[in-house]
Amino acid sequence: MFALAKVKQAAAGAGRQCWSVRRLRAFSSAHSSCEHGEEGEDVYDIVISGGGMVGTAMACSLASEPNLHGRKILLLEAGPKKEMDKVPEVYSTRVSSISPGSATLLSGLGAWDHIVNLRCKPYQKMQVWDACSDALITFDKENLQGEMAYIVENDVIVAALTKQLQTLSDQVEVQYRTKVVKYTWPRPFQVADSIPWVQVTLANGRTLQTKLLIGADGPNSMVRRKAGIPTVKWNYDQSAVVAVLHLSEPTENNVAWQRFLPTGPIAMLPLSDTQSSLVWSTSHHHAEELLQMDEESFVDAINNSFWSNENQSDLVEAAGSLFRHALSIVMPNGASTRQLPPSVAAIGPKSRVMFPLGMGHASEYIRHRVALIGDAAHRVHPLAGQGANLGFGDVVCLTQVLSQAAFNGKDLGDMQHLLEYETERQRHNLPMMAAIDLMKRLYSTNAAPLVLLRTFGLQATNALPPLKEQIIAYASK
Amino acid sequence: MSHSSWTGRKQHTHSGGETRGVHIHSVRPLSSSTLDPEEVRKFQVLANKWWDIQGEFALLHAMNDLRVPFIRDNLLTVHGGGEMGRPLAGLRILDVGCGGGLLTEPLGRMGAKVLGVDPVEVSVRTAELHSSLDPALRGRVRYRACTLEELTEEEENEEAFDAIVASEVVEHLADLDTFVHCCYRMLKPGGSVFITTISRTQLSYALGIVMAEQVLRIVPQGTHQWDKFISPVELETLLESSGMSVQTVRGMFYNPLSGCWSWQKSTAVNYALHAIKEKEEPLNQTPAED
Repeated sequence: MFALAKVKQAAAGAGRQCWSVRRLRAFSSAHSSCEHGEEGEDVYDIVISGGGMVGTAMACSLASEPNLHGRKILLLEAGPKKEMDKVPEVYSTRVSSISPGSATLLSGLGAWDHIVNLRCKPYQKMQVWDACSDALITFDKENLQGEMAYIVENDVIVAALTKQLQTLSDQVEVQYRTKVVKYTWPRPFQVADSIPWVQVTLANGRTLQTKLLIGADGPNSMVRRKAGIPTVKWNYDQSAVVAVLHLSEPTENNVAWQRFLPTGPIAMLPLSDTQSSLVWSTSHHHAEELLQMDEESFVDAINNSFWSNENQSDLVEAAGSLFRHALSIVMPNGASTRQLPPSVAAIGPKSRVMFPLGMGHASEYIRHRVALIGDAAHRVHPLAGQGANLGFGDVVCLTQVLSQAAFNGKDLGDMQHLLEYETERQRHNLPMMAAIDLMKRLYSTNAAPLVLLRTFGLQATNALPPLKEQIIAYASK
Repeated sequence: MSHSSWTGRKQHTHSGGETRGVHIHSVRPLSSSTLDPEEVRKFQVLANKWWDIQGEFALLHAMNDLRVPFIRDNLLTVHGGGEMGRPLAGLRILDVGCGGGLLTEPLGRMGAKVLGVDPVEVSVRTAELHSSLDPALRGRVRYRACTLEELTEEEENEEAFDAIVASEVVEHLADLDTFVHCCYRMLKPGGSVFITTISRTQLSYALGIVMAEQVLRIVPQGTHQWDKFISPVELETLLESSGMSVQTVRGMFYNPLSGCWSWQKSTAVNYALHAIKEKEEPLNQTPAED
């Protein structure tokens, strides 16, 4: 009994410990009348559903927040625990562009060091140009010391966060290989015999309750669907083909390249001196073709897409160069010289994969006792490399809001502070999504007027440092 | 609702000469073991009323954004930080006129051990029912249906509390002297009393009664009687003459459009006050303990 009392004492600070004891008890089917069987024992303060990049970051972030110390937090992940002592020799095709803002979050959580120790590639510059004209825009940090962003494999991010999460095991409980089969929502107001919390039923038969459920379960979020939160979404009728590219010769490889083809943007993101990651968005049909090609033709297709001028028309060419010329008179330092991307020699074995692209935005990020983060709330086209960053931004904002709520003694599932989270994030995410979507649409055509419009737009933007800086600042968050 | 504690309070403020609630209900012990399901349902309806943040008590819910940090920050200044995640851990607080527990629960969540008292039994039952659902409040928040005097008579409450909170309560009292005296007796030396209330000014009549009760109807009609209101100066004088030193008086302002409270300089309508019970009288040479 003494031991039990001690465990109970520790329960406030060490939910995990308490759980393991309870589980032992359950296995030994001991006296159920004991205090551990008491109703309410399985009430968590926060349950995070989904242990991907964003969900795991959320768990780390909440667990390291002093104001949330002693709260019962649980992370549920359907897949296995993803650990990585040493990076595999072969690069993964699923990579994310990590903005300085996200890097700051990750280093605040203590995960950035793990990422650097594993593998990541900073880049200093981004060049975006049009296949239908000579218009181009380059982004770089004013002082070349700073990194523009980093290309990191998703697996590396998850592994680094998982490693960090282990050190926080007294603050957050994690269950891998655990599927949720049902969510039961509370009524906005109490009615007779109702449970005021969100109930989560697991595939293993356990049912738990939580004051706040955070849905970090990806674009096809079960939390979002079951909560009945409507989503504005459309498929782009595009698929992305990804692959690991081996360059013809080693280069500094510190530029992210993106070219807008009429079929969709193609991007080459640096992984190392000799390798880059390909993200090629194109029609489903073309993607299939690309996937079927032999390696040599595939490599040719890639090189051709970055180098060819076949889509340019004389009219646009003439108008574009005239406009560029005019700009250079008004703003002598406005023009950038076009650099050419490195040529590709081969692709990584079996690295060619395709997946359909779409965009989705949940019309609400929150409900009573529910909050959505990451792709569960918003899914964007990969062309701006913002997917993961938007998710990490959600993590920062929600942590801050919940920390303040806890400091003010609030019920963490209250709508009032969750609304603050929703407002702040939608204010940031929506313009970003709209801009990405507009870019996608504007560049999906080779109709001369639109090509002209975007040619002028791109050139003018490129010539206006304050505007460019603002774009960089916004995307760096 | 005729049995909401607001109207309840109003009723007993008529009783005059005694502090509120003495004559209102025969005080039954709350732990009565046989709960009538009908009764329970009644409390649930009430609980919904108390805890509907857009309902009848919206103003009090919204006021938490000011009064909770006000209490927390002043207590942190006096006692230093509690433990991580529980800034008020280790403190005992008495919430006088707790109603449905709107303020009691946040104080409990911040780690304090809080006793909420209210003479209106249905309110206390409501508060109990609501807080019983949150295991984090178990052992931190307790409620009793009783009056301040009854509590003061119990020996164990002698100098037992680090803080006494009376939020939107004193304007309903018939006898403020007794109230202050009771607070003084139950506070530990160096303990804090927190009061939020309405001043007695022409403006408070116009806003607090005409506007809030009759025009906007954001407060149930008949909630307040203007002549029971007390100005900050009067309250200060009363507290100071009873051995407490007033630390802060801050004006509060409710914006009916945004539904938010904010701090303001003027204490002409709503205000919050923090006073500290002076430590040992000079005769006693006991060193001050923190």
